[in-house]
Amino acid sequence: MDKKSTKLESYTGGPDESGHFGIFGGRFVAETLMPLVLDVETAYNQARLDPLFHQDFNYYAKHYIGRPSPLYFAESLTRELAGAKIYFKRDELNHTGAHKINNTLGQILLARRMGKRRIIAETGAGQHGVATATVCALFDLPCVVYMGEKDIERQSPNVFRMKLLGADVIPVQSGTGTLKDAMNEALRDWVANVDDTFYIIGTVAGPHPYPAMVRDFQSIIGKETKEQILEAENQLPDVLVACIGGGSNAMGLFYPFLNDAVEIIGVEAAGHGLASGQHAASLIGGRPGILHGNRTYLLQDGDGQIADAHSISAGLDYPGIGPEHSWLHETNRVEYVSITDDEALDAFQVCCRTEGIIPALEPAHALAHVRKIAHKMSDEQIIVMNMCGRGDKDVFTVAEALGAQL
Amino acid sequence: MKTAPQPLDHTRLTRRFDQLHAQERGGLITFLTAGDPDFDTSMDIIKQLPSAGADIIELGMPFSDPMADGPAIQASSQRALATGMTLRKTLLMVDQFRETDTETPIILMGYFNPIYQFGIESFLKEAASKGVDGLIIVDLPPEEDDELCQPALAAGLHWIRLVTPTTDDQRLHLILKNATGFLYYVSIAGITGTASPTSESTKTAVNRLREHTTLPIAVGFGIRTPEQVQQVTKYADAAVVGSALVNEIGNKVANGAITVDLPGEILQQVKLLSRELQI
Repeated sequence: MDKKSTKLESYTGGPDESGHFGIFGGRFVAETLMPLVLDVETAYNQARLDPLFHQDFNYYAKHYIGRPSPLYFAESLTRELAGAKIYFKRDELNHTGAHKINNTLGQILLARRMGKRRIIAETGAGQHGVATATVCALFDLPCVVYMGEKDIERQSPNVFRMKLLGADVIPVQSGTGTLKDAMNEALRDWVANVDDTFYIIGTVAGPHPYPAMVRDFQSIIGKETKEQILEAENQLPDVLVACIGGGSNAMGLFYPFLNDAVEIIGVEAAGHGLASGQHAASLIGGRPGILHGNRTYLLQDGDGQIADAHSISAGLDYPGIGPEHSWLHETNRVEYVSITDDEALDAFQVCCRTEGIIPALEPAHALAHVRKIAHKMSDEQIIVMNMCGRGDKDVFTVAEALGAQL
Repeated sequence: MKTAPQPLDHTRLTRRFDQLHAQERGGLITFLTAGDPDFDTSMDIIKQLPSAGADIIELGMPFSDPMADGPAIQASSQRALATGMTLRKTLLMVDQFRETDTETPIILMGYFNPIYQFGIESFLKEAASKGVDGLIIVDLPPEEDDELCQPALAAGLHWIRLVTPTTDDQRLHLILKNATGFLYYVSIAGITGTASPTSESTKTAVNRLREHTTLPIAVGFGIRTPEQVQQVTKYADAAVVGSALVNEIGNKVANGAITVDLPGEILQQVKLLSRELQI
């Protein structure tokens, strides 16, 4: 596989002042929320220029989250796939077991700066809910997490974790009872509690400045990766691979490499297959529309009604995607592919056996794509894959899918 | 400085407010979701709204993810969508309404995505030609005015803006810039159909708005009873009632299909709401 020739233009300049990445992004929210969204933007613009804010972030990133996470050479998997050298960026080793906490740490530090006294969040798989509940416990702020009732059923360990951490988990029955409805409900809460509440959005979506802000907090993944791979291999990777639901772990890994000669691949969830209509591949199977405060690719019907997403992985089960991904897709800077439930399940098991790592079902999608491309590459080439979450939360889902009795 | 509405000076909507002022009474704006609980029943109700006392009709365009609405209106959207309602059919409803009523203004209220998918140009063209008078699009703040607001004004449709308790003076000027028809004061910080506003705070807010605009002002969110309608219209030009009516449809449908005279019951409620307003 040849290195993709990348045009020498900046892919890191977005968003523009009004929060747009090309036509994507923006601020499509109700008037009641606009002052709040603008406040968050002002506060974030001040914080990002304040060395003390970064000092705080770095302190907790190191001592509480456990950063930097290792960049690990997956030797056995490399041998088995007999192609490119495969590295895992081990964000599953973070405190709470996923990349989500990088973002919740950043946002709660911002909320504290702004003097907010109550935190709300939405969650799908529960990882973002757990990461939010965790930092709320750390900083002693009350936490309300909205979660679709279907997700509550399939992610019960995370629900209990959030409760142990002191969060109120509110089941969302409206709509289809999944992540998109949890996000609607969180937005409704925010509208009704404008004075004291900060909304910690879990992915690179929502109204500006959230997509850029969440990306910035998650970019610690890519920054570390760049230093670590240069140290280990004295060269940049040839290919980066990450899974995408809303796309925060992927943006975090990709962003520091966007202007480098590195091939970048995002992996969406194809569920039962793109042809089945039951999938979560917004870019490949959707088209641009407006939801949750931004214009982006969405799964929807001809009338503009939002469709249900499906994936075996609750964390990828979202009918939209971050607006910056939509832009990177349309500019062809990043290649987006999709992986089915079955392919992800296979990769999940391979990872357990060859590397002794139980991956979350989300990065199992990324790994399934690595399995498709590694053998076509030479042993001097390098793939870095973001192992963005650990799979403890998924063992029940996997057991059921494999027909195992627990 | 007062910002006066520039274009759209003589329309069905401005005539209606002129009439209300001439009659020295407040107006009743009723909100119902188009196609709730189904096209025919909804059409039946909407056709009779003016004779029941509605001065202006606000018609919701159903959307799967109405993030600024409460459970009642979200459920109404879902009922309508479940029976196959689409934006095209909403426009068809307006068209059929206009066969018998050319005087009652109709405002379409909803979210941007269905319009965006329909195609902005063709939507505006059809809406204007079928007799829609204005639009309230919840998720299009002034920051996104070039998306739909400006094309709508150019197509001769009123662009009705929401003002909320969180709106400060600086924002108010931005909001008023392209607002026409009337201003919709959202009386609570929250979603539709939840808390009720206190009369005093709403009155203060409306009086403040009057210092900045000559547009008529309607108050909505949390208004349910004839008494509230009467109260609000002492200082506002019109009161909007939505969730209370929509809830009634929900209750009747939930209690075993539509066995009752649903249109009759809803229209009776509208009559009660408007009774104190009639001269």
